[in-house]
Amino acid sequence: MYVAVKGGEKAISAAHRLLAEARRGDPAVPELSLAQIDEQLALAVDRVMTEGSVYDRELAALAIKQARGDLVEAIFLLRAYRTTLPRLAVSRPIETEQADLRRRISATFKDLPGGQVLGPTFDYTHRLIDFALAAESDGVLAVPPTAPVESAPMPRVSSLLGDEGLIEPNPADAREPRDLTRDPLSFPADRATRLQNLARGDEGYLLALGYSTQRGYGKNHPFAGEIRIGEVEIEIVPPELGFPVVIGEITVTECEMVNQFKGSATAPPQFTRGYGLAFGESERKAMAMALVDRALRAGELGEDVTAPAQDQEFVLYHSDNVEASGFTQHLKLPHYVDFQAELNLVRRLRAEWNEPQAEAAE
Amino acid sequence: MSEAQTSEAGGYNFAYLDEQTKRMIRRAILKAVAIPGYQVPFASREMPLPYGWGTGGIQVTASIIGRDDTLKVIDQGADDTTNAVSIRRFFARTTGVETTEHTAEASIVQTRHRIPETPLREDQIIVYQVPIPEPLRWIEPREAETRKMHALAEYGPMYVRLYEDIAQYGRVTTAYDYPVLVNGRYLMKPSPIPKFDNPKMDMNPALQLFGAGREKRIYAVPPFTSVKSLDFADHPFAVEQWDQRCAICGAGDSFLDEVITDDRGGRMFVCSDTDYCQSRQPAKAAE
Repeated sequence: MYVAVKGGEKAISAAHRLLAEARRGDPAVPELSLAQIDEQLALAVDRVMTEGSVYDRELAALAIKQARGDLVEAIFLLRAYRTTLPRLAVSRPIETEQADLRRRISATFKDLPGGQVLGPTFDYTHRLIDFALAAESDGVLAVPPTAPVESAPMPRVSSLLGDEGLIEPNPADAREPRDLTRDPLSFPADRATRLQNLARGDEGYLLALGYSTQRGYGKNHPFAGEIRIGEVEIEIVPPELGFPVVIGEITVTECEMVNQFKGSATAPPQFTRGYGLAFGESERKAMAMALVDRALRAGELGEDVTAPAQDQEFVLYHSDNVEASGFTQHLKLPHYVDFQAELNLVRRLRAEWNEPQAEAAE
Repeated sequence: MSEAQTSEAGGYNFAYLDEQTKRMIRRAILKAVAIPGYQVPFASREMPLPYGWGTGGIQVTASIIGRDDTLKVIDQGADDTTNAVSIRRFFARTTGVETTEHTAEASIVQTRHRIPETPLREDQIIVYQVPIPEPLRWIEPREAETRKMHALAEYGPMYVRLYEDIAQYGRVTTAYDYPVLVNGRYLMKPSPIPKFDNPKMDMNPALQLFGAGREKRIYAVPPFTSVKSLDFADHPFAVEQWDQRCAICGAGDSFLDEVITDDRGGRMFVCSDTDYCQSRQPAKAAE
């Protein structure tokens, strides 16, 4: 009569077979290729690379395929792969000022050196379902040629403001940034550590937190000073050579927010900064990150820390979707023992609670 | 990579983690053993299993396991619960070591939520999976603050919490993850084992290691170290008892799981420790 309630090896194997089958779907429908995912679901690949902290389009596409399109699961796959990789070198800081840009906009100036470049953006599209896309025409799109992006230098908006002293200089910090995957978080966390955490953080989470600052929970009056998307070169300096060598190019999205100014008896009023950076075309993520970065600077800028987005421990401890997803879903694991302990306790408490009532009834 | 070992599961090192990572974790373990009950921060890695599913325990086990070890993995006291199966399989695949379901045969026991009923020996290590390592967390959410409280041994608020329970319910209403004081110094969360298991931690001959992967902390209770469950002189610590005995093996001294057998209130109680239960069945049959 004892029913085996505890699962076993066979059940797990069977579940994995079902998963493989579900992943493939109807075999009559052609299987997705990694190139198709990379080319046609490029923004999903960008997000998985950003939060998975690995710049590898093919690997990210594979993770998306394996995860059946569940991006958080794909990010998890990529992270678990990344964690065992050796660290061969540390690159030099990337120079987004030198980037080969495909998009560059500023909301603070109508025109500026280098101009505004919209690039491939959803902005200003009407969000009407395009039923023509359903036809899978496979035809080559006849795209009329667009004006080439000016090759004129595009100085950063923050540099333009900085020349006049209107914006705070980037806080100088000569310390080597810590590697969050090698040194666990400790508090208070410096800005480099915070930015690392936010760069790996869940896009939806940062979006909601950034949004909350716009609605008054830690308001810091942001302007999108500049958003740039483009290719930057990655350079390393091999110790045996002693000079920088380019090892590849990556696409990044950078957002520099220009925020509420402050001044004091010792410093003239000036604007402050919030910064966001993500792999690929990840504009929403970069903007949200910049808002949250600025909010987290409240303490160092002498502002009251009152809102969730300004609270270092709250923001940084809960940003990682691999951690959050795992811990939330661990509730699926058996908790019979703990529950039994609570069950015994509640029964005892109920019995005691009932005793005086029974006595009173007598 | 002096002792780079060949992989059992194509492309990965012995026990999955690379040797530098293992060395880093072993250093954290040594520090943890040197300061019993103190939570040592460590650079926890992403594992191929999700956070909250035993990544801390897995990393500790992966760092201490060798080819001669015999591993037992339990969840809720049982070897055949799905997550225990999954973790045991992970190590079988990445290390090729022998696994066992018998507590007495294991050199390493990785556990979630229980301590085996069979007493552990000096040549054994028990590795606990820890979800939340900080015993003061529900009193003070901030890590910067709780670390200070540990440094100053400022544990008054925990006693106040227990006192409030007694004032309100006549007893402490923490049934599992019941706080303990280790070696008379550090307040420690024993991981969500039922308080029934707490006394087993005290002066245990085995080395007890605790790994919290998501929270990036390792702590330890060295062999033969005092582990005292918090209590008051007039409200001494007591473990739960059952009116029933195990319906399968007849044990009256083990933690019992309640199994619902039908929809008319039928239930039976059986040992949560499946190995203990099975080892007693021949004994019962002989009676």
